Amino acid sequence: MTTRLEKRFAQLKSQGRAAFVTFITAGDPDFDTTLGLLNGLPAAGADVIELGMPFTDPMADGPSIQASSQRALRNGASMKKTLELVRRFRESDNSTPIVLMGYYNPIYHMGVETFLGRAIEAGVDGLIVVDLPPEEDDELCVPAMKAGLNFIRLATPTTDDKRLPAVLANTSGFVYYVSITGITGSASPQARNVEAAVKRIKGHTDLPVAVGFGIKTPEQAAEIARAADGAVVGSAIVDAIAREIGTDGRVTPGAVERVLEFVGKLADGVHAARKAAAE
Amino acid sequence: MTDKEVASVSLTKANSLRSGPDERGRFGIFGGRFVAETLMPLVLDLDKAYRHAKADPAFQAQIDYMQRDYVGRESPLYFAERLTGHLREKSSVSGGKGGAKIYFKRDELNHTGSHKINNCLGQILLAMRMGKTRIIAETGAGQHGVATATVCARFGLPCVVYMGTTDIERQKPNVFRMKLLGAEVIPVTSGTGTLKDAMNEALRDWVTNVENTYYLIGTVAGPHPYPAMVRDFQSVIGEETKRQMMEREGRLPDSVVACIGGGSNAMGLFHPFLDDPSVKIYGVEAAGKGIETGEHCASLKGGSPGVLHGNRTYLLQDEDGQIKDGHSISAGLDYPGIGPEHSWLHETGRAEYVSATDREALDAFQLCSQLEGIIPALEPAHALAFVTKLAPTLPKDHLMVMNLCGRGDKDVFAVADHLGVTL
Repeated sequence: MTTRLEKRFAQLKSQGRAAFVTFITAGDPDFDTTLGLLNGLPAAGADVIELGMPFTDPMADGPSIQASSQRALRNGASMKKTLELVRRFRESDNSTPIVLMGYYNPIYHMGVETFLGRAIEAGVDGLIVVDLPPEEDDELCVPAMKAGLNFIRLATPTTDDKRLPAVLANTSGFVYYVSITGITGSASPQARNVEAAVKRIKGHTDLPVAVGFGIKTPEQAAEIARAADGAVVGSAIVDAIAREIGTDGRVTPGAVERVLEFVGKLADGVHAARKAAAE
Repeated sequence: MTDKEVASVSLTKANSLRSGPDERGRFGIFGGRFVAETLMPLVLDLDKAYRHAKADPAFQAQIDYMQRDYVGRESPLYFAERLTGHLREKSSVSGGKGGAKIYFKRDELNHTGSHKINNCLGQILLAMRMGKTRIIAETGAGQHGVATATVCARFGLPCVVYMGTTDIERQKPNVFRMKLLGAEVIPVTSGTGTLKDAMNEALRDWVTNVENTYYLIGTVAGPHPYPAMVRDFQSVIGEETKRQMMEREGRLPDSVVACIGGGSNAMGLFHPFLDDPSVKIYGVEAAGKGIETGEHCASLKGGSPGVLHGNRTYLLQDEDGQIKDGHSISAGLDYPGIGPEHSWLHETGRAEYVSATDREALDAFQLCSQLEGIIPALEPAHALAFVTKLAPTLPKDHLMVMNLCGRGDKDVFAVADHLGVTL
């Protein structure tokens, strides 16, 4: 079975383009804003959407995404509502892949089988669960694969050649290369290092490699898109959402459009990059 | 030694409750290594380095020397005569069985004032063996922060301690102590500014500074090998207790009691007794304002299994799997989880877990001060509160050991405040 993710990356490859992967947190700052953003992201240029599952203790995330989780949870976000967002998005879009990203506890608490069933029913394509390394594959990765979901693994600068095969073994969809040792939204990666790392990973797998952590501007996104099969932007988009929130905790009118406009600029960076390189 | 030989040493204690965890760091279903990929290679390195160190007599000799001459071990096993007498009176009034004979394991007499130094000493020696040059730690009450800052000063390593802003407010003396010792104390504002948030922030530092940094975790939690390693370094408490009780009474104690936040002092006392079925084991969690109020830190009594900070264990969480903030008068017990080995001992029934409220701990705090001339920390005051309830129901020949794991100097201001006294 070919998943939406696999189809999308194959399509982009044939077009000679890199994927623009966007991250937003489900329910940040409220359900309707997220739904508006989700519905607008594909037209703004997002090829793949990562939707953050809010968690009280996002240990691998920097201040931007921590704050987005807290905003969402304060306004009543939950796993049930995250899945509902995906379901509503699927009513109008059946081709853009959605990857849920977050931490294991809310999934474990719901029950792995229940969660997988509901995620597939809602139209989820893949999972990124930060605190499940290959050593814990039998928890969720293997059941998710059996259920037909892609399980996308993070590879990092500390994942050496000896360990890489274990990390890639049960990975599908794409490989997410974390370009720095650090938390989300912190230091920006060096394009040269990224290029070398992507080459190293590609020596071990045929899967597309997307790169994230620390990409903040269309220029940086373009640089990464030249070196990898995809560029992931999270904190910068989440920050753009945060700027739209007034002192009353509500978003200002026109917020969704303005955030999507920013996303559009990032997308242009990513999509222009490969063309420039090809010409 | 080769890896194979080291592995075979760790497999020698089959059919024992003391042989855990397994190769994956599991105690039953609890424990494990639930960390981000960036940290996973470090966690595996640490596991290997610790297994080698454990099998190296020179490493143990180094620890023993420092424990004796720097920490002041062994700590005394003290017969709490007036407390015993007081509770025996209570027993006779209430028609009890006479009242147990109570001993305190005096780990509050250690250098830095608590059991925390036992673990810090072991881990900093390991960090240096591994060539690490920077130490980070989280702290709640500040006792682990002080102990970490102390060993960092002693061995000349830079030290960064993460501490929640709420805890900084209620543990000011310890914050100043850490600074005097040369540590940098970084206030953590996320969440409720308590121990769990400090641990998140320490993990974020570690994931950013993987090359040179050693994360010195203060309790029997976190990804494998931390729960087992911290337990091993703390087991000196139980081993000494066993030996001292044999010398004093010619037999094992009938029960051992310790307070539990993450559970390191308790695990250190309990572990050497796990294979002695005649010894009853009691862990005392913080019931805060009462378990029924929801404002407490009793993960076993009021929580359910989940995954946080690298391990599966009992957690305080809501119906969506979001972690709830605990409440306790004691900053050191204010953690929404518990070490995974405790979760396993709870489920297997080898240990019994009970709880004591803020109020009960405050009463025990004063009772101990007045009857024994020992001002205990608020953390072991919880254990003592349970002792005052249990001891009167037991016969006079029942030998009970409570771990007095910290002294109360740090709590004097907070307790005055709770008692409505202006200093």
